[in-house]
Amino acid sequence: MSEQKPLVTGNVWRVLRRFTDARIGLGRAGVSLPTHELLRFQLAHAQARDAVHFPLDVKRLVEDLSESTMALPKKSPLALKSQAEDRLTYLQRPDLGRRLSPESLEGLARHRASDPGESDIAIVIVDGLSSSAVQNNAVPMVTQFLRDLEDEAGNWRLAPLTIVEQGRVAIGDEIGECLGASVVIVLIGERPGLSSPDSLGIYLTWGPESRLSDARRNCISNVRPAGLSFEHASQRLLYLMREARRLRISGVGLKDRTEEVVIEKNANNKNFLTDN
Amino acid sequence: MGYKYTYTLGARTWHFRNLADLMAKATPARSGDRLAGVIAESAEERVVAQMRLAELPLLAFLSEALVPYEQDEVTRLILDTHDSVAFAPVAHLTVGDFRNWLLSDQATPEALERLRSGLTPEMVAAVSKLMRNQDLILVAKKCQVTTAFRNTIGLPGHLSTRLQPNHPTDNVSGIAASLLDGLLYGNGDAVIGINPATDNVSQAIKLMGLMDDVIQKYEIPTQSCVLTHVTNTLEAIEQGAPVDLVFQSIGGTEATNSSFGFNLATLQEAQDAAQSLKRGTVGNNVMYFETGQGSSLSANAHHGIDQQTCEARAYAVARRFDPLLVNTVVGFIGPEYLFDGKEITRAGLEDHFCGKLLGVPMGCDICYTNHAEADQNDMDNLLTLLGVAGCTFIMGIPGSDDIMLNYQTTSFHDALYARRVLDLKPAPEYEDWLVRMQIFENTSRYEPSKRLPDLFRAPLKSLTREADHE
Repeated sequence: MSEQKPLVTGNVWRVLRRFTDARIGLGRAGVSLPTHELLRFQLAHAQARDAVHFPLDVKRLVEDLSESTMALPKKSPLALKSQAEDRLTYLQRPDLGRRLSPESLEGLARHRASDPGESDIAIVIVDGLSSSAVQNNAVPMVTQFLRDLEDEAGNWRLAPLTIVEQGRVAIGDEIGECLGASVVIVLIGERPGLSSPDSLGIYLTWGPESRLSDARRNCISNVRPAGLSFEHASQRLLYLMREARRLRISGVGLKDRTEEVVIEKNANNKNFLTDN
Repeated sequence: MGYKYTYTLGARTWHFRNLADLMAKATPARSGDRLAGVIAESAEERVVAQMRLAELPLLAFLSEALVPYEQDEVTRLILDTHDSVAFAPVAHLTVGDFRNWLLSDQATPEALERLRSGLTPEMVAAVSKLMRNQDLILVAKKCQVTTAFRNTIGLPGHLSTRLQPNHPTDNVSGIAASLLDGLLYGNGDAVIGINPATDNVSQAIKLMGLMDDVIQKYEIPTQSCVLTHVTNTLEAIEQGAPVDLVFQSIGGTEATNSSFGFNLATLQEAQDAAQSLKRGTVGNNVMYFETGQGSSLSANAHHGIDQQTCEARAYAVARRFDPLLVNTVVGFIGPEYLFDGKEITRAGLEDHFCGKLLGVPMGCDICYTNHAEADQNDMDNLLTLLGVAGCTFIMGIPGSDDIMLNYQTTSFHDALYARRVLDLKPAPEYEDWLVRMQIFENTSRYEPSKRLPDLFRAPLKSLTREADHE
C-alpha cells in the first residue's frame, strides 16, 4: 500500500487573514481551488445573486417600519414603482428605473393635492440592486436617523416616506420634486459584492428635480452592520444636510469633511514585508 | 463622394442611414447598443447590415469619419497618423475580403506587424463584426506585440498577470497580505497595480512608496502602478514619488476623455514625465491604460456609434503613447452594456482582437458583477479562449473576489490553471526570479513551492511573534 499524500497544500501565510477580508491563503489542490474554498465562493455568489433577484417585500418593510419607530410621519408610507416593469428590464434599462411609472406619478400628484404643505426632507427607500440590503438595513437606518433628527436644531419637516420598487438612485429626485421637499434622501440597495450582499447606499440631493446628474448628489456607501454603522452613517448624513442647507447645494461642491482618511503607521497598518 | 448604405435582398431593399448606422446594425447583439437605441431591429437586419458592410471598401473609412474631424481630436489623431504606405497591401480590399486576407496565410505575423500603422480602428472594428469567435482568436494569435519596462511582456507562448492587491480602506497590512499571497502564487509580472480606495495625491504617493519598497527589497523584476487619475500621477512625479507606470482610463471619443478629465496633450505630458524618470531597466513603455465597451455611452459621448467601435477607437489613443499594458475591463460596467456571459465573452474576444491588430499590448480583466447574468464558468471559458488567442495579460486577485471594487475577476489560481492547460509562461525575467526566490519549485508544471521561500520567513515570523503577544 502506498503512502497517503495530502491532497490539499495549505498556505502558512493564511494567518495574514487578520489584516484583510480578501480570500488569501486558500491553499491548492494541484494548482486549483480546494473543494471547500470553491463551495464557500459559490455560496457567497449565490447569496449575492439572490440579493439582486429576490423582490423586495414591501408589505413586510412597511410593517417593520411602523413597528420599529414612532417617529415616522403620521401617514403610512407611499408605495411606488418605476417604469421598469420587471427585473430583466430593470437590469438592462437603467433609464426606466430612474422614472416613476405613470400610475405612481399620478398617485403622488393626488397625494400632493390632498396635502399641499411644505416639507424639508423626503426619505425615499429604493430596492436598487439588493433587496436584502433594504429588507435588512433600511429600518434600523431610518430609525437611527429619525432619532438623531429629533435632537437636531433647525426644524426639519418630513414629507411622507416613500418606497420604490425597481428603482435607481435618480428616481428620488423626481419624488422629492413631486413632494416639494428641499432635500431628498435616498436609501438604496447597492450592487452586491461577494462579501457584502446587503450594503445600503445613501444619497442626498439638495433641490431635487428630475434629470439631475450624478454630480449633484452626495453619497454615503457601504452602510451595514459589518461596514459603516448606522450611527456613523446617520451622523454623516446630518452633517451633509446641514451643509447642503447652509450652502444651498449638494454634490461635488459639497465636500464631506467627516471622511478624511489618512494612512497611519500602527501595528495593524504597516508593511510587514519591508518593515520587519 | 459618398457611399450608399442600402442592400437589396430578394424583393426588399434595406436602408441604413449612414456608416455609423450600418456599423451599429452589423454588430452582434448586446444590451448597450439596445440601450443606446442603435441596435439592429431584427436578426435579419443584423445579417443584412453585415452583408452590406462586407461589400464596403476599406477606403471608405478614410473618407467618412464616424465622428467629425473638426469636433474630435481622436478622429484627427486617427486620420492624421494614418500610414498609407503601410495600408497599401490591403488598400484595394473590401471589409469582407479583408477578413479573408486576415485568415489567409498571406497574413503572417510579420505582414500583420507591417500593416498596423495603415489600419484605423474603424476598419478593424468593421471586420471584427463579420468574424466568428474562432476567427477573432486565430487572427489575434498571429499578432505579436511585445513591450518592456523591468521585464519583457507579450512574447509568444507567454501570459503575464497584474497583481491587484486592493483593500477597501487602503490598509497597508491588508494590501501587503494580498501582495504576498499573489507573489507566492507566482503572480504580478505585468504590474503590481492598486486601485486606491481613497483617490487623492498623498494617498497615491503612499501606495507608490509601499510597492516600490517591496519591489526593491525583494529585487522583483516587475513594475508598480497606482490606478489614480493621470493628473494625480503627474503631481506625484513632481513631488518626487517613485512612479513606474502612469495609469489612465481612456475612451474612443474626445467627449468621453473630457468627461474623464483629460485630453491627448495630458497623456503626452504624462508619458514624457514618466519616461524622464528612466526607471525601466529593459524598456521604457510607461503607460497603463484601461478601457471597456460602454464607457462612451455611459458618458453620453458616443455620437450614435455602437459601443464596440467606440472601444476600438480608444486603442488608437492608447497606441499613440506606446503603452506597456492596455486592459479591457470587459464585464465590470454591468448588464446594461454587456448582459450575460455570452455578450461578455464576445466583447472580450473582440477587444483583444482589435487591440492586437492595431498593435496594442492587449490584456483583459476577465470579470463580471453580481447583477450580470454570468458566473465563474463564463470566466473560465473566456480565460481559456483568451489564453488560446495569445492574450498579453490577465488580472490576479485572491480567490477572484475584489473586496474593494466589489466584482469578480481572475484569481491567482486561475492564472496557474491557464499556464498548465495551455503551457503559458510568465515574462522570462520574472520566471527567473520565481525560480531564484524558490517560489516555483517546478517551472515546467508551474507549481508553487510547498514550503515557504526563505526570504519570506522573516516577515511572517515577526508577525507570528506579534500575534503571540496579542
